[in-house]
Order: sequence, then structure tokens, then C-alpha cells
Amino acid sequence: MQPILEIRGLTKTYKGGFTALRGVDLSINKGEIFALLGPNGAGKTTLIGAVCGLVRPTSGTIHAFGEDMGKHWRRLRARVGLVPQELATDMFEPVLRSVNHSRGLFGLAPNPALIEEILRALSLWEKRDAQIRTLSGGMKRRVLIAKALAHEPELLFLDEPTAGVDVELRRDMWKQIALLRERGTTVILTTHYIEEAEEMADRVGVIRGGEILMVDEKAAMMERLGRTEALITLASPLTELPEALSAYPVSLIEDGRVLCYRGGGGEGSSSGTAEVAELTKALTRAGIDYTAIDIHESSLEDIFVNLLEGPEMQGAVA
Amino acid sequence: MSLFNPRSAWTIYKQELMRAFRTAMQSILAPVLTTTLYFVVFGAAIGSQMAGGVGGVNYGAFIVPGLLLLTILGESTSNASFGIYMPRFTGAIYELLSAPVGVGETLVGFVGAAATKSLILAAIILATASFCVDYSIAHPFYAFCYILLVSASFSLFGFILGIWADSFEKLTIVPMLILTPLTFLGGTFYSIDTLPEPWRSVAMANPIVYLVNGLRWTFYGTSDVPIGLSVALTLLFLVICVGFISWVFRTGWRLRT
Repeated sequence: MQPILEIRGLTKTYKGGFTALRGVDLSINKGEIFALLGPNGAGKTTLIGAVCGLVRPTSGTIHAFGEDMGKHWRRLRARVGLVPQELATDMFEPVLRSVNHSRGLFGLAPNPALIEEILRALSLWEKRDAQIRTLSGGMKRRVLIAKALAHEPELLFLDEPTAGVDVELRRDMWKQIALLRERGTTVILTTHYIEEAEEMADRVGVIRGGEILMVDEKAAMMERLGRTEALITLASPLTELPEALSAYPVSLIEDGRVLCYRGGGGEGSSSGTAEVAELTKALTRAGIDYTAIDIHESSLEDIFVNLLEGPEMQGAVA
Repeated sequence: MSLFNPRSAWTIYKQELMRAFRTAMQSILAPVLTTTLYFVVFGAAIGSQMAGGVGGVNYGAFIVPGLLLLTILGESTSNASFGIYMPRFTGAIYELLSAPVGVGETLVGFVGAAATKSLILAAIILATASFCVDYSIAHPFYAFCYILLVSASFSLFGFILGIWADSFEKLTIVPMLILTPLTFLGGTFYSIDTLPEPWRSVAMANPIVYLVNGLRWTFYGTSDVPIGLSVALTLLFLVICVGFISWVFRTGWRLRT
């Protein structure tokens, strides 16, 4: 299947010499939710800006819907929507007029029924005559989403859509984004809330220092890079690891009172939880008693942190 | 998709006009009041003491085109400059830059709205002036066309200013420190023919002289410089501004990072 967006060798060096993007290659599939994870200053917003026409790339190509964005920008931009990170709009405008303005800007005829549907879906219909400046931060962000949806984009960029939004509203927005996907909209969101990517994304990309470190399906990434950690509290402390446990990735911590297992995950390895089960059997066979087991699987956040902390991961693209 | 989308242009135009009317006190009433005071002080009070007027035109009527131009130049420039600077300042420019909108729609929208507002102001000022001084317009159609031409040219200039400026100070410095003094020295209140040499020759280097005299010709059929020269220079200024703005959109100068 042809990707809806294909970026090749995208580089952006700003006037002052700072390079924000370093040869980024990225393909986005039609209908997916793609989360671009990265710390502040990683290049997420620059990447979005380059696709949406806010940033002029230094080199590289961007193809959307199979066509060159540079050559056919008019036709292609009409099919792309953007929700910026900053709450930037004319705050003195009423909500409804502002959303209608966005549709008109894209050269489309007024469609009151569609605009009403969008505003109702985002719980903004009751506030349609209110000046945007009078709304709460979360409501303002919804207005920006409504403005971006007003021209019915097929490809939607959400730059930190839930930054500064409370937990309840954040979950509400996740539902809205899931609804968009159901309608066939391809969504690319940047976030540094790992939970957000874990909750919504089909695929995840990790960017740091303007380079894509990894792109993979979320589930595959968690399986491949995820780890199991088990803390087995021993009935009696050990001074050294017995020979019977030498085959397992374990170590003694807390003065030998706790046996720590870190394993599982990674390509070709067996499941961590299954190995912990084997380990407990080995302990019993060796006559080592234990009083408690605490197991946890690494989250996307652990993987993300490991990726960012490990420079050796650079270039490991799935 | 065509090279010009009228609906996009209309959307920008409508938005800009609404913004102007939202701040009507500042953008319409203030310049009308200021210009009216000029008519009262210079036209009615001082003008009544000047028997014979200037070049056969009574003094109150003589200053009408110049004062009208003073307002049009200032308002066209500041309206168009604020129109594009504010979204740049607040970040709302992202919406324009990410939309399928080119230089054509942007200019028709922003510059058209600024020029329209100047025409509305001109009409109000002329109506107000009729209560203070006795004047007539010899060539009303040419006057309209010339006001339209000057409004459009200086709206384009204001648009460039709004793209160039990176602070509110820079935004106001050109109208305050360049345009207004040049307009005062450009024959608004006097005929440059009355100046002794070398000041007359120096005055001829002031581009505003040609604008004031062009408009004065449409009012009274006489001026210090040929009307053809005035129109040609104004058109040249307009073409230069359009060319510069086209270059801005092509390169993204000060618009796209």
C-alpha cells in the first residue's frame, strides 16, 4: 500500500546554524495513528512544520498522497490539517466564526451542518458565540482542533494536542482522536506523554536530536524492546548466587535479601514472565525459599527512556 | 486546483474588515476626529484670515486633498501592517501558511481590506469636511480612482512593513517618523511653488509631493506637478510593492522559518 506521507532525507538547518532535522526518513500509512515521541527540542515541531508549509526544508523530499508537496502544495495542503502546539488564534473572535473562517480559508463553501457536527463532537456547540479568549485552556485547544477539522482533512497533524490539559480532558481528547481514525483520518501526533502514545498509537516513532531513532508498531516495539523485571524476596539472605541460577539474568541486591531478575524481551528471546516461572522452579529445586515475588513489564516509557539514554540505539530502525 | 481561490481571498478580506470594525473607535473615529480638527483649525479659523487663498482656491478647500491624503497614507499603512503583523506576533499565521493560499489571495484579502477601510475613511472625512470648509471636486471619478490607487499602494507598503517588523516599535516607526513628516512637508498645507530655491528643489525630492498634487489636481484641476507624473510614480510604487511581496512569498522571507 502506498504511504499517505513519505519523507525522505529531510534536513533543516536554521539560519543560526542549528540543525533541527538530520536526514529524516519516515513513511506514514493511510488510516493509522502515528505517535512521534521525543524530548523537547528533538525536532518534532520542525518536522510537522516542514510538511505543513511553516518551515522551509534545507534538503529532502516530502510526498503526500503520492505527490510532491513542494510542487503541488496547493492541491495537497487542502487535504492536510494542523493543530499547533501553541494556542495561537484571534482570541477576540467567537468560536463559530473562527471555525467557519478556517473552512473558508481553505477555499471551501460554508457547511453549517458539518461545522455544527464538529463543534458538538468537541463539546463546543454551547460556546459557539463565546469569544475564544473567554474559554478555558482545554476549550481553546478544542477550538484549534475544530478549526483544523473544518476543511475535512485526510491527514491531520496534532502537535502536542494535550499539553497543559487536565487528565479528564486528555482522555476525552483521546476518544475524539480515536473517532477521527474511525472516520478514516490519518493522524500524526507528537507528544512527550508516553501514556498518550501507549493509549492511542498504532505505530510509534522516536526522534532525538533531529534523527529518527526508531519506528515500529507499538506492540512490536514493546515486545522487542520490553523487559521483565522480577524482584524475589528470599526467606534467607544469600551471600553469593548459587550455581543452579547461573543460566538466568539475575543478581543479588539489598544485601542478598532480594534476587533481581531482568530479562525477557528483545529479538529472539523467550518471554520474561515464562522465564521467571522457570526461575522460581529452579529456586525450589535448589532448596532456596522465598516469601514474595514482584513482577512488572516495562512500559513504553521505560523503552523510550532506554532509547534516549542509549546512543547505541541510534540508527536501529525497524 | 486553480491559481487563485476567490473564496479564500474573500474569507481573509471579510475577517480583516471585521477586525477593523471591531476596533472602530481607534481605526475609524480617531482619524476622522483628528482630521476634522485640522479642518476646523487650519481651514476654518486660519483659512478665513487668508484672503485670496492659494492659486485661486480658498485656503480651507486647498488643504482638503492634502489632509485626506495624510489620513489615507497613515491608515492604509498601519492597517495593512497590523493586519499581517498581529498573526505573526501571536503565532496565528500558521493557519494562513498551512492553507492552500498564495500571494494572490493574501494580497486581495489583507490589502483589499485595508484599502477598503481607507476608502470608507476618505468618504467620512470628505463628508465631515463639507461642514467645516467650502470645497468642490472637479473630477470626482478621477479622485475616486486616485484615492483607490494610493490606498492600495500604501496598503501594500504597510503589508511589507508588517512582514519586515519584528517589534511593535518598528511597526509604528515608519508611519510616525517617515510618512507623517514627509506628508507635512509634501505640500499638504502649502503650494511648493511658494517655496524659495533651493527649498523648492529639495521639496521635489519628497515623493509625497507628487501624491498630494495628484489628488489636488483631481479636486481643483491644477497642481504643482503634472498629473501624469504623479500617476506614473504612484503606479511604479505599487508595482515595486507587488513585486517585493511576490518575492517574499516565493522565498518565505520573515514568514516561514
